[in-house]
Amino acid sequence: MHTSGWIELAFFVGALVLITKPMGLYLMRVLDAKGKTRLDPLLKPLERLTYRLMGVKPDEEQDWKRYTFAMLLFSLVSCLFTYAILRLQLLLPLNPQRFGPMPPDLAFNTAVSFTSNTNWQNYGGESTLSYFSQMVGLAFQNFVSAGVGIALAAALVRGIARHSSRTLGNFWVDLVRTAYYLLLPICLVFAVFLVSQGMIQNFNPYTKARLIEPYQLPVEKKDDKGGTVLDASGRPVMDEQTVNEQIIAQGPVASQVAIKMLGTNGGGFFNANASHPFENPTPLSNFIQMLAILSIGSGLTYYLGRMVKNQKHGWSVWSAMVVLFLAGVLLAWWAESTGNPIHQRLGVVASDGNMEGKEVRFGIFNSALFATITTDASCGAVNSMLDSFTPLGGFVPLFNIQLGEIIFGGVGAGLYGMIVFVVLAVFIAGLMVGRTPEYLGKKIQAYDVKMAMLALLVLCLSILGFSAWAAVSQWGLAGLNNSGPHGLSEILYAYSSGTGNNGSAFAGLAGNTPWYNTTLGLAMLIGRFLMMVPIMALAGSLARKKVAPASSGTFPVSGGTFIALLLGTVLLIGALSFLPALALGPIVEHFLMIHGRLF
Amino acid sequence: MKEFLAELRGAVFATFVLAVVCCGIYPLVVFGLAQVLFPALANGSLIMDAGGTVRGSGLIGQAFASAKYFHSRPSAAGIGYDASNSGGSNLGPTSKVLYQEIQERVAASRAENGLSVSDPVPADAVTASASGLDPDISPRNAEIQAPRVAKARGLAIEQVLKLVRANTRPPGLGFLGAPRVNVLRLNLALDIAVPGEQTRPSHQRGCIENMARSGHKIALDAPAVAGLPTLHDSCIGPAK
Repeated sequence: MHTSGWIELAFFVGALVLITKPMGLYLMRVLDAKGKTRLDPLLKPLERLTYRLMGVKPDEEQDWKRYTFAMLLFSLVSCLFTYAILRLQLLLPLNPQRFGPMPPDLAFNTAVSFTSNTNWQNYGGESTLSYFSQMVGLAFQNFVSAGVGIALAAALVRGIARHSSRTLGNFWVDLVRTAYYLLLPICLVFAVFLVSQGMIQNFNPYTKARLIEPYQLPVEKKDDKGGTVLDASGRPVMDEQTVNEQIIAQGPVASQVAIKMLGTNGGGFFNANASHPFENPTPLSNFIQMLAILSIGSGLTYYLGRMVKNQKHGWSVWSAMVVLFLAGVLLAWWAESTGNPIHQRLGVVASDGNMEGKEVRFGIFNSALFATITTDASCGAVNSMLDSFTPLGGFVPLFNIQLGEIIFGGVGAGLYGMIVFVVLAVFIAGLMVGRTPEYLGKKIQAYDVKMAMLALLVLCLSILGFSAWAAVSQWGLAGLNNSGPHGLSEILYAYSSGTGNNGSAFAGLAGNTPWYNTTLGLAMLIGRFLMMVPIMALAGSLARKKVAPASSGTFPVSGGTFIALLLGTVLLIGALSFLPALALGPIVEHFLMIHGRLF
Repeated sequence: MKEFLAELRGAVFATFVLAVVCCGIYPLVVFGLAQVLFPALANGSLIMDAGGTVRGSGLIGQAFASAKYFHSRPSAAGIGYDASNSGGSNLGPTSKVLYQEIQERVAASRAENGLSVSDPVPADAVTASASGLDPDISPRNAEIQAPRVAKARGLAIEQVLKLVRANTRPPGLGFLGAPRVNVLRLNLALDIAVPGEQTRPSHQRGCIENMARSGHKIALDAPAVAGLPTLHDSCIGPAK
């Protein structure tokens, strides 16, 4: 754990503090239908035109049911749009490599994956998708699934801030304004910056480079009909083939990576995601990408404080997130820099840490930090291969996802997930002192707690249910890349990531089979929409309530006691739900690794 | 039903309009800006030889096998350094396969670099990167390879180490990322450093001298800086 890592961590947290307030204040304007921004002269006409085409009256608000219905319908239509593009890519433009249509099960998985802001990828981008599929089919969802998340968070915050109100805002206005005023302008600047670091942005066919040093590769000899030639003992005859070319994948990467990070989508343009040098060329591009992942989630906590007129509450929620964030970073960093004793006994320099699946330019610290951030948020981009992390290093991203990605979290999703825990925390506090629980002057009643619990139980059930099913099925075990406890970790990670709408993976798992494509697709749908509906019901219920004035018995939702209680609630629920499964995966693997056990 | 149709119209047109703006106008504007402001970078930091043939990308690693070149890290991308099929090994910490691979690589690294059986080997030399295209190795990894390369080329070890240092990038601002040596760039610099290539045409010599003058600070993965040649303008030594 080198000094440079500590300095960078301090810089990172400092930068996050600095952007939180400006981002929060800007969100206030964006998420107010009548909010004014400096971009109005440019974007207001476009915004009005969009509403006119859509037939939306921007000053008409919706109640929670109508809001939710609009969101669900839009998600359905946009999902079909993406599915169609993936299936028809051969007929569509910008396909210089002539990639054929995606098979139906994979296209279903991918369309659902991007619609639900998961961006789980059972395909390799550069070997499967045309530029059009990436730029239109997938990047479209990068924008709008982020917009949907932010819209829902705004609706929930309005539900908390308002009283005696039936409406929560207008979904279409939230979606369009988020895309135009928040995501697009930041992405434009961000993307150009990324190109300045070496990220590519072109529509060229893949480049053929003549290697500096050609080399010989043994290949199976083929006869005239294309069959393998066998020798007398039945083994294939090997031929030397000279490799003198490197095919370098190209594409409009920067524009897609900008929104992939800012919108906490995480779906890589390339198979290797943010570890690919074209998708993350320098440590500086890496730093800014990490900051982008958390920027909106962090700003939303300020937005919460401002909206409910209790800025301390916003900062208290932020602080609870930072505590969990630091705990994760430090554990992952320690585990990865301590490295793998099994390999060290072979003669690998111990102080180098665990470099399998990591890039030299990022090193141990930036790999551990990125892995923590991408799972604190529901981003899922990776700059190192989590499957090759040490057991405890891989435990951190897995547990982060299972906690519900509420450490800043996915754009919007992180905040509404955390508010569910806040509701539970004040409920528990209320039980402890024997008073009706209150949250910001509103009585938390049975209905509200039921909705909050429903949102959490759905996650738990989907993760553990699907994992258990896969772990005892032929189709589940067939996909494993590793055996022993690490194999279970691969399965557990897949359904945690899918249900949590994260998208990162223990990527050795061969998930591109009809069974995995379908079950992971269902897990993503459950994790996204079956969580959103109870949360919107909670928002609707909170909005209708009256506000009671605070009294001496009111539990304060800011300060140390509140933060500790909130952290306790998050960890307790997470631990109770998932520790048994984790004990059979990464935790037992840690002890086996120390004892040198191989699988 | 009326409400349903109203929301359906919203959903369909929202999809259409947002697709045009976010997936048409936006990426094309980025494309235009990128191609005007950073053309070499936006097209992949390609390295061309004097004949205009693309020989690689400054950001993408290549495999090297012979003793006279510095070797890149092990790669799990396709058959190795397949830049149209990126990826890591995804082998876990208790994997027997990974254990055997590392065991073999440690032995091979010691043998080819003349290390003793008890000498530790840098981790990056025996582990596959995440992308399989890692263009870099650690400075320590370059140091243990330097004597081998110097011997194979008949160069002084100091000369090779000097080239290693010239192609080492320190962490950004002193703390961002890890120090790293770009293998392709280093090997190209080595090819230029080898004396005795009598057949080299004169215009190539000119190119090489230009490179030497600019201290090899050709914009490879750094932002294009005014005054420095960009990749498309640059040229490299003849192929071996």
